[in-house]
Amino acid sequence: MRVDLARWEFAFVTVNHFFFVPVTIGLAFLTALLQTAWYHRKNPEYLRLTRFFGTLLVINVAIGVVTGLVQEFQFGMNWSAYSRLVGNIFGAPLAMEGLAAFFLESTFLGLWLFGWDKLSRRLHLATIWLVAAGAMLSALFILAANSWMQHPVGYVTVNGRPQLNDIWALFTNPVFIWGYAKVLLAAITTGAAVMLAVSAWQVRRGGARDVFAKSTRLSLIVLLPAILLAMLVGDELGVIEARYQPMKIAAAEAQWTTCQPCSFSLFQIGGGNNDHTPTQLLEIPHLLSLLATNHWNGKVIGLTPLQNQYVAKYGPGYYVPNVFIQYWSMRVMAYLAIIIVLVALWGIWLSRRGSITSYSSRTSRWFLWAAQWMVILPFLMNTAGWFLTEIGRQPWIIQGIMLTKNGLSPSVSTTYLWISVIVFFVVYATLGTIDLILMLRYSRKELPPGPAHADEPVPAMQY
Amino acid sequence: MAFVPFWFVLIAVLWTGFFILEGFDMGVGMLNGVVGRDEAGKRTVVNTIGPLWDGNEVWLIVAVAATFAAFPGWYATMLSGLYLALVLLLCALIVRGLSFEYRGKSASERWRNTWTWLLAVGSLLAPFLIGLALGDLLYGLPIGANHEYTGSFWDLFTGYGVFTGITLVAICLLHGANFIALKTTGDVRVRAGRAARWIAPVTALLTLAWVFWTHVTAGGGGFLNPVELIAILAILAAWVLVGAHHEGWAFTAMTVAIAIVVITIFVDLYPRVMISSTNHAFSLTVHNSASPQYTLKVMTVVGLVLLPIVLAYQAWTYYVFRRRITDESFQPALGAAPRPAVSAAAAMAGQPPEGGHGASAAATAPQPPRRGLLHRPRRHSGHGRRDEQ
Repeated sequence: MRVDLARWEFAFVTVNHFFFVPVTIGLAFLTALLQTAWYHRKNPEYLRLTRFFGTLLVINVAIGVVTGLVQEFQFGMNWSAYSRLVGNIFGAPLAMEGLAAFFLESTFLGLWLFGWDKLSRRLHLATIWLVAAGAMLSALFILAANSWMQHPVGYVTVNGRPQLNDIWALFTNPVFIWGYAKVLLAAITTGAAVMLAVSAWQVRRGGARDVFAKSTRLSLIVLLPAILLAMLVGDELGVIEARYQPMKIAAAEAQWTTCQPCSFSLFQIGGGNNDHTPTQLLEIPHLLSLLATNHWNGKVIGLTPLQNQYVAKYGPGYYVPNVFIQYWSMRVMAYLAIIIVLVALWGIWLSRRGSITSYSSRTSRWFLWAAQWMVILPFLMNTAGWFLTEIGRQPWIIQGIMLTKNGLSPSVSTTYLWISVIVFFVVYATLGTIDLILMLRYSRKELPPGPAHADEPVPAMQY
Repeated sequence: MAFVPFWFVLIAVLWTGFFILEGFDMGVGMLNGVVGRDEAGKRTVVNTIGPLWDGNEVWLIVAVAATFAAFPGWYATMLSGLYLALVLLLCALIVRGLSFEYRGKSASERWRNTWTWLLAVGSLLAPFLIGLALGDLLYGLPIGANHEYTGSFWDLFTGYGVFTGITLVAICLLHGANFIALKTTGDVRVRAGRAARWIAPVTALLTLAWVFWTHVTAGGGGFLNPVELIAILAILAAWVLVGAHHEGWAFTAMTVAIAIVVITIFVDLYPRVMISSTNHAFSLTVHNSASPQYTLKVMTVVGLVLLPIVLAYQAWTYYVFRRRITDESFQPALGAAPRPAVSAAAAMAGQPPEGGHGASAAATAPQPPRRGLLHRPRRHSGHGRRDEQ
């Protein structure tokens, strides 16, 4: 009971936090691109766009920062046995994150917002790039910590306790390198999808159609390579996880028996931990072998033989993660990615013909409508991605070292857990809704006019 | 090299930095409604810390994260033991952090008043709860032989812990009032100075009492030690300097007083980090809760490289925003709407600043009546349109 509550709480606050994080990383990067365009071309339209999307960025950063506080505390609050055991390894990247990334991001965000009229344009441009760098750096450190839970490296066991003995190994962990690349690309995809959706709405309904056509194009140019690379990197990450966490990948295909070569099913009916023979539809031969091993005829070990191996190695227990969630998380991610690719290609084709701006054809109206609603997809994909990663690691909190149920805080009662679950649920639901409403409202605001001439001073953004 | 004591000192320094910097943010947050009084005043008050508060709060995150890396046992016992108090603290920090950004995002008076209140309550609860936690570390909590907390939520409210919390709230109030006076002009500055002079004697007396209680709690003999004497002198100096309208010097005295108060707790703790009231043998110490040498060595290198850089750019931020803020830039101009419905976004009209701020431009534009949060912007609603100037 306690372990379920603590896991639900972790999933709830983390999934919520990760709604805001990729938007921060992606939008900070795109806002920095817009401001760079203004700096070089002196075209005031880019200034107007920078400040428009900068406002959305700060609304989002505010809630991203405060939900991040909960992340920092909850390892000690709910998972104190885990923290006590491996704080010397897992805590190190977290402390580095604070020192290297959080200070950078928050200090320079303040300078960027309030420093428009106090810093030279060059220096002010540097501040938004440092905000973007800080956001990207924070993901780097937290991914290094998370990857260590997926594939522990760089430690020795002394008296049954893991001790860090090679910090560099944490940052050269293949799960980290590919996982970090994946998260960055997913974040840029999310940011670009947000910018695209807002721009599309503004082109459809707003006043400054020509200006937003510019940000539509920019977001499309960023979106297409980001999502394509994310898919490629995700594929490689799958191969690496198949090597270190074979359960995760076998569960993602609901593959109970060992196969060679293995086919990939597009859909299945039934399935789950109690149904080992679901009806798998539209099987594509060799595709699973390719995804899991990079080889046409690669071998994938099934869940049942893996379970037997684990029992022999770690003692009696059930080591299979939730197969149903794994199977569908993977497919949600992959199928939605394909939709994004198609919409992005459509948009680039339209904008090459120049018909986004002219807004004449029926096709471009359909495209703008689709681009606007597509914004939901990256959030679903990000959530599915974390389900795949984190639920796929179960029942381990640290793969092969500690079981999740053994990581709980011994001193926290079921009642206290319930209280914190309910409190955070209410607070997040309320503030998340307010954030969503504010984001929508500010996305639909009319674009304020720009300065009359290029060297006019730009006022600060204030509270 | 003695990495274990070094990290204890570093964590004490991080908490000190947090209370010096975020201390005035908390005070400003608590006093925002009182000293600000009207909308222009409140915005002036909030904007004194606008560019700074977020970077200041990171000191707390880093203090906690550094504890996690360097003293995992301390982190684990403290955070799981203080459980519900921390749930409350997190809620306070969440609503407080959001109130800065969200308050100005709607013109509705109810919306703004709500966030003003949330800011004040969050800013009051946060230093109280952190003070309670720090006081409890020194006073002692029920901790068993396995280093796990064995008490309940109510056991956290020890007399000394509660008094430490109250004292820190008073210190933050004075620090904040004095900071507003230091950073503003006109009526807001006068009101802030008046508030500081009201708060100063209360804070000074509380701090004096706290120093003596701490001296007794830590079992420190018949005489005060030099650190405690400096704390007393600094808080008395702050009282006098606030009364004499020396805002800058009062700020310096407050900085010294806060630093000494926080450092006193850690000096009296060492080498323990959490005292067990069940049995002193069960107390957590720097040695039985620390990470192995290798982790501490790595983190020392990282800390010694990064911390000076952080200090440098944070100091530079304070230099960039050194000027006083005038509430004139937030005043509605003649003939404008009754409420100055200006937010950061509306101020982005790209207008040339008047008196150094851009908000006035948008404030002069007639605003259509609004219905609060769910109001949908109409086209041509005239946010700071050029032709209205």
